[in-house]
Amino acid sequence: MTLLIEPDYGTPAGKSLDIVEVEIDGVSVSIPSDTSIMRASALAGISIPKLCATDSLNAFGSCRLCVVEIDGRNGTPSSCTTPVSGGMKISTKSERLDRIRQGVMELYMSDHPEKCAAGDECEMHGMAKTVGLKEVRYEGQSHLDLPKDESNPYFTFDSTECIVCNRCVRACDEVQGTFALTIENRGFESRVSSSGTSFIESECVSCGACVQACPTGALTEKTLYTIGTPTRSVITTCAYCGVGCSFKAEMRGDELVRMVPYKDGGANEGHSCVKGRFAWGYATHEDRITTPMIREKITDPWKAVSWDHAIDYAATKLKALQSEFGIDSIGGITSSRCTNEEVFVVQKMIRAAFGNNNVDTCARVCHSPTGYGLSQTFGTSAGTQDFESVEHSDVVLLIGANPTAAHPVFASRLKQALRKGTKLIVVDPRQIELVRTPHIEASHHLQLLPGTNVAIINAMAHVIAEEGLIDRDFVNARCDLDSFARWEEFISLPENSPEALEASTRVPAEEVRKAARLYATVPNAAIYYGLGVTEHSQGSTMVMGIANLAMATGNIGRTGVGVNPLRGQNNVQGSCDMGSFPHELPGYRHISNPKTREIFEIQWKTVLNAKPGMRIPNMFDSAISGEFKGIYIQGEDIAQSDPNTSHVHAALRALDLVIVQDLFLNETSKFAHVFFPGTSFLEKDGTFTNAERRINRVRPVMASKTGKSEWEVTCDLAAAMGYEMGYENSAQIMDEIAATTPTFSGVSFAKLDELGSIQWPCNAEHPEGTPVMHIDHFVRGEGRFMVTPYVPTDEKATRKFPLLLTTGRILSQYNVGAQTRRTANVVWHSEDILDIHESDAELRGIEDGSWVKLSSRVGETIMKARITDQVPAGVVYTTFHFPESGANVITTDYSDWATNCPEYKVTAVEIAPSSKGPQAITEHASHGDVELESIIRMANQIAANVPTNTAPEHAVAHHIEQFWTPYMQERLMKEVDRAALSPIVIKALALDLNHVLS
Amino acid sequence: MLFTPWSSQAASAVLDATCEKPGPVLISLQALQNEFGYVPKEAVEMVAKACNVSRADVHGVLTFYHDLRTSPPPKNSVRICVAEACQSVGSRKLVEDAEKVFGTQMEESNDDIELKPVYCLGNCALGPSAMVDGELIGRATANDLHHLVKAKS
Ligand code: SF4
Ligand code: SF4
Ligand code: FES
Ligand code: FES
Repeated sequence: MTLLIEPDYGTPAGKSLDIVEVEIDGVSVSIPSDTSIMRASALAGISIPKLCATDSLNAFGSCRLCVVEIDGRNGTPSSCTTPVSGGMKISTKSERLDRIRQGVMELYMSDHPEKCAAGDECEMHGMAKTVGLKEVRYEGQSHLDLPKDESNPYFTFDSTECIVCNRCVRACDEVQGTFALTIENRGFESRVSSSGTSFIESECVSCGACVQACPTGALTEKTLYTIGTPTRSVITTCAYCGVGCSFKAEMRGDELVRMVPYKDGGANEGHSCVKGRFAWGYATHEDRITTPMIREKITDPWKAVSWDHAIDYAATKLKALQSEFGIDSIGGITSSRCTNEEVFVVQKMIRAAFGNNNVDTCARVCHSPTGYGLSQTFGTSAGTQDFESVEHSDVVLLIGANPTAAHPVFASRLKQALRKGTKLIVVDPRQIELVRTPHIEASHHLQLLPGTNVAIINAMAHVIAEEGLIDRDFVNARCDLDSFARWEEFISLPENSPEALEASTRVPAEEVRKAARLYATVPNAAIYYGLGVTEHSQGSTMVMGIANLAMATGNIGRTGVGVNPLRGQNNVQGSCDMGSFPHELPGYRHISNPKTREIFEIQWKTVLNAKPGMRIPNMFDSAISGEFKGIYIQGEDIAQSDPNTSHVHAALRALDLVIVQDLFLNETSKFAHVFFPGTSFLEKDGTFTNAERRINRVRPVMASKTGKSEWEVTCDLAAAMGYEMGYENSAQIMDEIAATTPTFSGVSFAKLDELGSIQWPCNAEHPEGTPVMHIDHFVRGEGRFMVTPYVPTDEKATRKFPLLLTTGRILSQYNVGAQTRRTANVVWHSEDILDIHESDAELRGIEDGSWVKLSSRVGETIMKARITDQVPAGVVYTTFHFPESGANVITTDYSDWATNCPEYKVTAVEIAPSSKGPQAITEHASHGDVELESIIRMANQIAANVPTNTAPEHAVAHHIEQFWTPYMQERLMKEVDRAALSPIVIKALALDLNHVLS
Repeated sequence: MLFTPWSSQAASAVLDATCEKPGPVLISLQALQNEFGYVPKEAVEMVAKACNVSRADVHGVLTFYHDLRTSPPPKNSVRICVAEACQSVGSRKLVEDAEKVFGTQMEESNDDIELKPVYCLGNCALGPSAMVDGELIGRATANDLHHLVKAKS
């Protein structure tokens, strides 16, 4: 492969429907009337010299190199700023134009280094040649002795090469939306400046857009100097967040020089953030483990062994556990960081080789409520739109998401829309950046108390129903009217009014009313949400509440509207699609369905267990109780990322066999007996599916550092356990996915290579995929309204723990930080910090930057405090990127009633000044029969959350049937003291469970 | 000239009145300068917050206009027009004389006085033109300037 140079048409594509014909140097072109002459020429194959124009930015017209002549017009207008008009005759070449261009170029070159450090990267010398510049006659004052700014760890700003074309400033404004750059001073003194400070001290968030836009070597990736100019490129997909940006991995030999965002990338269209663009150094970090390792006990040192040895060791142990403790005593967890193909084979191994359904995924702890909620209401577990859709929204309702930190490239798109007039409503306990940030201000910020989401969404829906804002035409045409009638009756109850709920949410009722009216009365309103919605005891209820709101206002099924979960990890969507949940096979089909099972049984030549397996928290409980013995963990650091660390540690310690597949030794591997080295995304061949259901190719740019692909390791392990799944390559795995899963039936590597990316469903009906879902009808036929009673969480602020802790992420670090902590990104964020409001700090004698002890009923830890008005009084906030701070020592094992997604976003805590620094984590051990306790809590929670206006015991029984393992059902039936259960659960137990399901 | 001593509280009060106006950044910076005589570095962040723009946006405007200054002004400021019309009627001589009279150089300043060039004060018919602490003077001589400065201090 060679280096891919993408064409630059100089100005963005025209969008007008009015097509005109023009003649350029005798060639005629038909083109939208809002296209520039420059772009029209480029499309006709005639390139006009240019410096200040590039097609990611609006035309600026400052360099005057792009001049042309137009028949019947005086002068030489610049082609970048002049739009075409019908019948125009344009010449791009003449002696006069040559003279002008040479004159301009001569002036530029008189203040430009003769030889640029960046070599061919600098467009200047090439352009000088193009316009035929022979000599530079001018000399005098220049900028050639200005110092370089090396403060950013990834790129250099060398003012001597800068031609002040403004491309960087405009990229930061128009594309990224940070406005960190300006031109300071005027005249000869004009220089590009990051507000008079160095880049690292400035507002710059290191997205790289300016580096990308700069035509000279002024802004250049440092690796270009340390490694050299790239010689080949491979198109691949970023492995950080759920935006799923496409990049050109530019290589020199086997070494990665830089990741350049790919203009044709459907998700990012040429933009990037600091993580994908620059923070890939972890892939070759010296901490990488590349040989398999085993050990008898977790106190033994690791022993490096061959692949065959390690696989044999693991298989023998797994089989021994199953023969001693039963088929169900082992299981596994798939990773949303891995490819669809890798995930698919892990769940296949568990179902086919382990012979049970004890497979879960790390998506359990983030977006499982999305799966549940959207399946119940719309019929499928996925966001409804593509990212581009946001450009057509009149209002965006953003709930529990902080895109500028967690989904930066989507945030840039959103900011572009907001600057063009889209209105924003933010629902978040914190003052996130988008509430007010340069050139953007939210119309409403509903700053609710953590844990009261459902109250807010119900209150908004109440206003919409009460004030006659329901889109009856849509509801009548598209929704299940019985469910709607029940919902309308419920939502209109006075207890759901914003006034009644004000005491719980702390949001002024009038503000809720205004926000609801704004959402309901514009032509196109869209909802975007994140983990602030799902990671609650009512996560699933909230997702259904969101779906209700969108259906009631007719905001589904076209561009500019919809319900959009912003997925945390690169392949959350994919890992869920691939059948990672214990109750369902790929494509969200319940394991109890004999027809679905049959498809897989034929394909896999085996018999599948029809009962749901264990979820992650069930596995932990069961490990502590002694029934669950062995686990295979694919790329997830549960010991750091999962809530209530001490409980997780106790579970891991109780296991006889822990197999970890990862890039690095991590917190979880401290409890492991087998370590399978994993591969970084740069070594993987497969696909990731982003938050828009877009299946993107991940292509290997270098050979696997471990000698094996990850899917091969899984297949080898399955084979060693007696079940062959021989694939020759990952394309064949995708073929099997397509053959068994209707929404993927049209997908293949060949088609992905041809189309670039595909948004599922992709099948006979939608051969090229589906950017917007539910256009004519919902996937489940009619949209179903769900009654969503607000049930306050049991995790309440008390006298002992009076503050509510909520958690989140920041831009430069990623989740448990295993990758980003191993890059220069630590210059922006090197520890977890506790955000606290001034009044709470003052009350406790806490100073800005001092150590504080943070304690909840499950544990305590120590971190630094930051006093800020981004959190309201009564609420504190931290991130969980660093193991030293162990934020999850604090979080509890309370979880969503429907999916057990942990309630990370609400923990009652107390804070006190501390004299000690970190590493003072205390875990409180759990006692008694934790499993039985969880069973009781979960059953009661389900009963509290199902709607009470239709036989609730049936709903409870049905839910338990669908999602609980037979063993848990049995314990509930036989071992639980009825006095501990709510009356609805008792009634449910009286029903014949199996009967309910059939 | 008498200015309020800089304080962030006083600055907030000024910004309350300006940030809602169209073109708020320039208006805010001018208002701060009118109040305090200059726009200190720490005001950049305040103006950015008040007008909801970036620090870089404010920095760009602040450095673009030569009239906006970032350090406290001397007691008096003298600006002499050195644009074409005034040059043709003797502004070079005026500069030389002024430098002698005030004992300082053009583009230099001390706590008491600064001499700065300006490019056309719109008073070409009555050149050479100058300005002392904002007051315009036509047909200026170094002595006129000196007297005016004395009168003003
Ligand atoms: S890296 Fe991004 S945020 Fe930083 S100055 Fe460049 S465009 Fe702006
Ligand atoms: S740094 Fe690059 S993009 Fe920015 S003005 Fe200078 S030459 Fe243009
Ligand atoms: S490219 Fe058109 S003026 Fe610079
Ligand atoms: S040139 Fe001096 S006032 Fe116009």
